[in-house]
Amino acid sequence: MSIQLTTPINRGLAETLSREKNEPDWVAQLRAEAAERAGELEWPKPEKTRLDRWNLDAFGVYKQTSRIARLGELPAEVRELVPAEGGALLVQRNSGAAYVREAEELKSKGVIFTDLETACREHADLVKPYLFQAVDPFENRLNALHAALWNGGAFVYVPKNVEVELPLQAIYFRDDAEASFAPHIVIVAEKGSSVTYVDYAITPGEGGAAPFIHHSVIEAFVKPGARVRVASVHHMSDQGIDMTNRRAIVEQDGRIEWIIGDLHDGNTLTETQSLLQGQGSSSDAKVISIGLGQQRMSLTTRAVHIGRSSTSSMVTRAVMKDEATAIINGVTKIEKGATKANGEQTEKVLMLSPKARGDANPILLIDEDDVKAGHAASVGQVNADQVYYMMSRGISKEEAERLIITAFWRRSYPKCRWKP
Amino acid sequence: MATHFKIEGLRAAIEDKEILKGIDLEIKGGEIHAIMGPNGTGKSTLASALMGHPKYEVTAGTALLDGENLLEMEVDERARAGLFLAMQYPSEIPGVTNSDFLRSAINARREEGNEISLIKFIRQMESKMKELEMNTEFAHRYLNEGFSGGEKKRNEILQMMMLEPKIAILDEIDSGLDIDALKIVAAGVNSMRSEDRGFLIITHYQRLLNYITPDYVHVMMQGRIVKSGGPELAQRLEDEGYDWVKEELGIVDETVGQA
Repeated sequence: MSIQLTTPINRGLAETLSREKNEPDWVAQLRAEAAERAGELEWPKPEKTRLDRWNLDAFGVYKQTSRIARLGELPAEVRELVPAEGGALLVQRNSGAAYVREAEELKSKGVIFTDLETACREHADLVKPYLFQAVDPFENRLNALHAALWNGGAFVYVPKNVEVELPLQAIYFRDDAEASFAPHIVIVAEKGSSVTYVDYAITPGEGGAAPFIHHSVIEAFVKPGARVRVASVHHMSDQGIDMTNRRAIVEQDGRIEWIIGDLHDGNTLTETQSLLQGQGSSSDAKVISIGLGQQRMSLTTRAVHIGRSSTSSMVTRAVMKDEATAIINGVTKIEKGATKANGEQTEKVLMLSPKARGDANPILLIDEDDVKAGHAASVGQVNADQVYYMMSRGISKEEAERLIITAFWRRSYPKCRWKP
Repeated sequence: MATHFKIEGLRAAIEDKEILKGIDLEIKGGEIHAIMGPNGTGKSTLASALMGHPKYEVTAGTALLDGENLLEMEVDERARAGLFLAMQYPSEIPGVTNSDFLRSAINARREEGNEISLIKFIRQMESKMKELEMNTEFAHRYLNEGFSGGEKKRNEILQMMMLEPKIAILDEIDSGLDIDALKIVAAGVNSMRSEDRGFLIITHYQRLLNYITPDYVHVMMQGRIVKSGGPELAQRLEDEGYDWVKEELGIVDETVGQA
């Protein structure tokens, strides 16, 4: 089965798609309404980035994915990402889930980790209250198209007070030149629970050979006292556009940590947002990026403080090469009533080429007096004296730059191991 | 073959202002040469031009190390050919640890696949650090970041000891050192004296030369070596200053390229 998706898409198409997949009525209705309204909505308008110059047609064709029995059937690039230590794993190939391995001991604790399409059918009572609650499907055309067309994805549910020790891992890959590729991820961490979710998005072989759009959403719901860590690395071919919206809603004393590698080689529009709703809630977002070739990127981190004594920290570091351009926005918004809130943000850009461009835009929007907020932004070239110093010890220029770049990133992720 | 380093007719400019006006100097393995002179006479420019700092343009001359002209090489090639410069103001490189940096520098001298083993490297580094009375914790600190002036200088000597150059230039290694640190640094240098290695020590003070006895002392003024002698020259400069040299040579302003 394959269904051509073109923009604007219509209600009929979305309904057909949903029916083919045996989705429950409430999902079909959401898809249909979003499809109908997508045409009247505008594309998002990120600062200093002209989306109208991007080719936004390549939404692809929905293709049914057949399940695989063994991981050995996956392309080599995908197998490399499979964690050696085992644990729960989900693999999406093109438009749907290809492999799901649930860990038995997690299942016995009531943890759910499966693709979102399956979850909508089998756990509707748990999915329905959350799907598209952190992201408004009618906010703009991108969200509406995603609500109409999302496929595969993941659903993570962690019951009250359950601590999941090993990360839950997902690999999303596209190896078909036509397939639509649009994962939607919903994470629900109940009161006092904790979980780490890790994912990759890649396009091995044919999957990255022709223009495509990867649009994806992560919605994380962090209940009182829960901790959720999301680590996500996108590294797809330069033929693709990555449009990814990550949002968390954090309740009292809950904590969200984002560790993001926006390493996609093509045009990129991403936003990583924490809505700190509860008192004492906190958020930590770390984003790294590399700009290459003619790439255009808009990377936004955002923290919205509603709860009293909520704290946020956001760090984005980008290395820009060739003629790439990145607009890096950090938005700290503190609402009236969020007394004692504390928001810190840093954006740093390291330029390796005179034709590369990086704009760091710290934006503080503060409607409450009794708060703390800080920002630091810098854009700089690789320091010539540092390179000279290293070369004077016999290290080649390339190796010196590699060490400096690794160092530049290491400072935002001091605990991570780096493979160059 | 014993090391042989010969500088001939070296001229160098910064932003079109000529600072070095023809330097000739020959250093053989086993020798220690000291270059002395007041501020602004071109001493540090000589060190930087030999190493290849991008700010300095070499306009004439050669610097042959065992027959190879360093001035035609990139900075990293000069280092791998055997030149080392202990810098007056070493760069700070946050995020790169001292040990990662040194290991990269050592491996840059070795063939791919023949990298120094981690154990051997750590053992060597720790033993040299002990000689320099450095806390081994410095191995894991970011390169020169937050180091005091004296710690940076010791770290330069540590690198020299690990890299075992043929020609080591020490640019004002004594500035900012208290007497105890000076003795340690001098002991480090003395332990490196060998037939295979020559030293060029740049300093304004005779103090360092009490601990490292030079074979030759040269005085620089106006971008040239204006006087050379043995260790007794350093002693006389310490006792009497530079005025007698200026008088002898009819020099009024000893500086070069000062605005």
